[in-house]
Amino acid sequence: MLEVTALTKRFGGLVAVDGVNLSLPAGGISALIGPNGAGKTTLFALITGFHRPDGGCVRFQGRDVTGEKPFRIARAGMVRTFQIVQPFAGQTVRENIAVGAHMHLSDRAEALARAEEVARAVGLSDRLDRDAADLTVAGRKRLEVARALATDPKLLLLDEVMAGLNPSEIRDVIPVIRAIRDSGVTILLIEHVMQAVMELSDHAWVLNQGRLIAEGAPRALAADPAVIEAYLGHGMAERLAKGAAHA
Amino acid sequence: MKRLAVLVAIFAGLGLLPLLVGSDFWLNAIMLALFSALIGQAWNIAGGYAGQFSFGHALFFGIGAYAVAVLQVDLGINPWLGMLVGGALGAGAGAALGWLTFRYGLRGSYFALVTLAFAEVFRILANSTPFTGAGEGILIKLNPHPAMLQFKALSGYYWLLLALTFACFLSVWWLERSRLGAQMLAVRDNEDAAAAVGVDAFAVKLKAMALSGLFMGLAGVFYTQRYLYLDPGLAFGPTQSVEALLVAIVGGIGTLFGPLLGAFALHLLGEAAQTALGDVPGANMVIYGTVLVVMVLFLPRGLASLGKAGLGKAGGRRQGLRRRKRRAKDA
Repeated sequence: MLEVTALTKRFGGLVAVDGVNLSLPAGGISALIGPNGAGKTTLFALITGFHRPDGGCVRFQGRDVTGEKPFRIARAGMVRTFQIVQPFAGQTVRENIAVGAHMHLSDRAEALARAEEVARAVGLSDRLDRDAADLTVAGRKRLEVARALATDPKLLLLDEVMAGLNPSEIRDVIPVIRAIRDSGVTILLIEHVMQAVMELSDHAWVLNQGRLIAEGAPRALAADPAVIEAYLGHGMAERLAKGAAHA
Repeated sequence: MKRLAVLVAIFAGLGLLPLLVGSDFWLNAIMLALFSALIGQAWNIAGGYAGQFSFGHALFFGIGAYAVAVLQVDLGINPWLGMLVGGALGAGAGAALGWLTFRYGLRGSYFALVTLAFAEVFRILANSTPFTGAGEGILIKLNPHPAMLQFKALSGYYWLLLALTFACFLSVWWLERSRLGAQMLAVRDNEDAAAAVGVDAFAVKLKAMALSGLFMGLAGVFYTQRYLYLDPGLAFGPTQSVEALLVAIVGGIGTLFGPLLGAFALHLLGEAAQTALGDVPGANMVIYGTVLVVMVLFLPRGLASLGKAGLGKAGGRRQGLRRRKRRAKDA
């Protein structure tokens, strides 16, 4: 469904994304993990057209979308959410979601009705008439997902929808994301909450300093020395292994 | 539907006024307020709904005003046709200015400054080209006949203005319940988030500017026909730009009834001030300025926000501050 080839982005002297290749099949949930500053959000921004890549190519459903405008990529069916939530403050939850629904529906009443449906799917139906600015963090994260979902995407890119949530809120969100997958939407998520990555995703890529350093099943990755070193520092994999041997 | 009923009722009531008000003085005073409501609402489409604060809406006003004047005087074209051309040119100018500024990603104060500059450039151009009558201006031959878009009685002008204003308000009513309107609000509140869900922000802003320019141009046409005289300062000077945004801000930007409230409130205040102070030159400007400062500080969402929730929750200073603080915290 999504083919990324040798994608590169430089900010001045810093190579934020460095020759990334990844191939995402249709269906299922995949995860993109890696330590802070690894380039995950930049990679999302490159794929969805918010940044222009310095090299490489992005193909979505066989079509080259490299460097296309974000709204065109969204209309093609690849929609992202933002890590730092971006509600239309001053508008109600219903109106916020309806903007997404308007991508395919020109009629206002239909878009508002669709917004209600989507709100139900993500568990926001009790807050439809609230000002989006008055939602809690958990509520705003759901709103991000709802607005994107209302566009009927084929591929949904979720950027840290669980960051800042407490464990019980995370437990509530996980089935929502599963239900979206079950409705036929392919999902790629960036997540730091490992519990969620383990529970949700079938496949994961690990990004460190702009490069992909590993991919595979999430459980296998957790034992990968390269991944451990990326998170915990040089030499840590060896020390952990030694520690395990001593015990 | 309820809002439409209120809108129609207000304009129907205003339509009956010439039959009830005997004095031309009062009818003229109401017309001035109505004219402000028209340009305020025109500005509100781009400024209030799409969030593009222009300081140079006189540009579209002047283009509409000169279009009907030049076509009539130099080419002998009927002003009814001139009105269509003036509106179309106003819309075209709105789209063109939008195209020039938005493709370079100009936002906020940069956009405002460019619009201001464009209006000034056109004022200077109109001052120096012969076909606009240069600094002398254009005088339109008096020929009070409806076919010439001139009227013997003041009520004729009044109804013409009322029709244009109603059309403008009706467009905004429609906008509020359309996809385009929803997309304009989305672009105003967060352009990136709008783009992420497939909104073509550039096209949406262009459409907003074109619609805004259309009604500003029509207001210009009305102005020319009403006073039968035009010069560069009247057409492209800052007066109309300031009046338009002031009326919308005082009344409540991004609201359907705001510009109407703002226009009548400001003109009432202006009349009262003139009665109290006599003919002190510039007194009305001082008062307008003071009102603007007070409004921005204590009622940033305009007079229209009073009606919505009562004074306690009027979205006044407190709520505005709270919201700003929260945004700062999120960022």
